[in-house]
Amino acid sequence: MSTIGSQLPPPRRLLPWKGLERRLRDVGISGRTLVIAAPAIWLTVFFLIPLGVVFAISLATKQFGRPPYSPLLTTEGGTVQLTLHLSNYVKLITDPLYVAAYLSSIRIALISTVITLIIGFPMAYAIARAPEKWRNVLLMLVILPFWTSFLLRVYALTGFMRGNGVINQFLGLFGIEPLVMMQTDFAVYVGIVYSYLPFMILPLYTTLVKLDTSLLEASADLGSRPWQTFLSITLPLSIPGIVAGSMLVFIPAIGEFVIPSLLGGPETLMIGRVLWDEFFSATNWPRAAAVAVAMLVVVVIPIVLLQKAQDAVVEKGK
Amino acid sequence: MRRGWFLPIVATLGFAFLYLPVISLVVFSFNENKLVTVWTGFSTKWYSELFRDPQILGAAWLSLQIAFCVATIALVLGTLCAVALVRFKKFRGRTVFAGTVSAPLVMPDVITGVSMLLLFVAMESLIGWPSGRGVLTIIIAHATFCTAYVAVVVQSRLSDFDLSLEEAAMDLGATPARVFFDITLPIIAPALVSGWLLAFTLSLDDLVIASFVSGPGSSTLPMVIFSKIRLGVSPDVNALATIIIGVVALGVVLATVAQMRGRRQNAKRA
Repeated sequence: MSTIGSQLPPPRRLLPWKGLERRLRDVGISGRTLVIAAPAIWLTVFFLIPLGVVFAISLATKQFGRPPYSPLLTTEGGTVQLTLHLSNYVKLITDPLYVAAYLSSIRIALISTVITLIIGFPMAYAIARAPEKWRNVLLMLVILPFWTSFLLRVYALTGFMRGNGVINQFLGLFGIEPLVMMQTDFAVYVGIVYSYLPFMILPLYTTLVKLDTSLLEASADLGSRPWQTFLSITLPLSIPGIVAGSMLVFIPAIGEFVIPSLLGGPETLMIGRVLWDEFFSATNWPRAAAVAVAMLVVVVIPIVLLQKAQDAVVEKGK
Repeated sequence: MRRGWFLPIVATLGFAFLYLPVISLVVFSFNENKLVTVWTGFSTKWYSELFRDPQILGAAWLSLQIAFCVATIALVLGTLCAVALVRFKKFRGRTVFAGTVSAPLVMPDVITGVSMLLLFVAMESLIGWPSGRGVLTIIIAHATFCTAYVAVVVQSRLSDFDLSLEEAAMDLGATPARVFFDITLPIIAPALVSGWLLAFTLSLDDLVIASFVSGPGSSTLPMVIFSKIRLGVSPDVNALATIIIGVVALGVVLATVAQMRGRRQNAKRA
């Protein structure tokens, strides 16, 4: 009878990081601390602090030189002086251009989110109710655009909608006059819906696929019509998915730059585009920073909503 | 439930909407006419033109190098974030940490871009690093938002993971680091691969953040494409798009097939 010991594989040589691990522990740093600290430091330096810097520079004014903004702290004869300007924020509130840009960004993002939901919900529902062997293929078809370049897909839309584009050539076959689609708000809506549809479908699918079908059967057995079952059971149970999907479309749409500048016209006002022009054309960095801070204020509530909804989506899965 | 005609029709129309513009772009990349949307005959001349354009080739090579570095950094940081969030249930500042990990996912690009640039400029005037902007600053900016994506992908894999395997190794006397490298890492490997690839494609695709933090001589591929298509349609961009979309589509299809096979085999074994 062999001993248990002989059946075990021979002990491997100590791993090279073993010594390092011990040495770190000697100075009071555990592996656990390192695991948390490394990304925490990176994210603090390159994500949290930059947001603070944006806020600080939004309180400066434009000046010529490098960097092109006035210093906040100046030392003069041994005294340190802190100079803060609120002029950028005053401008944001009083200049009708900025107010209009914010309002029109919110409007465009809101309308596109609703359209995306109207298209995405039945698609997610169809995938969730499809035979199981089809589901993975259909899901892959939803995810595939997410992996392909966003910029190139928006570009593909321009070829589709332009004056002599695919749609107008198709309409021409039936003798219909070409439609003007490019450089309109309509094109921007199409662009946002087209680009962000997968973001809507995926969380909706996650909640819908877990929906207990016996509830639907029970409802039908009790004499509900399909639309009654839909309104009283399917819809309320999929609210976390609806909120998560809607926020995943709404938040990036608010700050969108590529879509309005490639598909929209000169009069399509969106705040992302205003920020870009302020920065690159007017080189007014403090003003651009103030626009960014104000945009952040607009997206904070949707971000919190999203966090809550995603927690709910995950909870349900357990 | 009764299977109606409504859902299949909506789904078909939805997929048509998602795919027709891309399909038409691929088809017209083989069009010989310069007017991109008027078909006159089959030709591959835009592809040969593309491979003779030093600006596009240079930008593509630069973008691939950046994406490689970004994906690797984001993989390490994102995996650490995921391990911290899934394995360590309690530590000081966990809520703030969790929020900071996921916030870059939804932050509008223009805000990330502007804040990164202002940070780099402020750092340069304070400590002299990074001197100027270019490849390094693009890598740092991309790695930061890609970390969040990797963290999400790895987190989901880590949370449906049989903890008893790790416990068994611990009981047998393995150190936490050894458990991680010998047990945890092989099991979450598929998630690491998809996290790396996701970070790679996101970096390769980013226009807005790169525009803010790049410097002279470091124009990435999306920046070159954007300036080209702003001037109008150019058939060589169609050719480039076809190549990129083809490579990505092939990769995703292969990955999905492999995953489905694996799952089916697992099901058989069980």
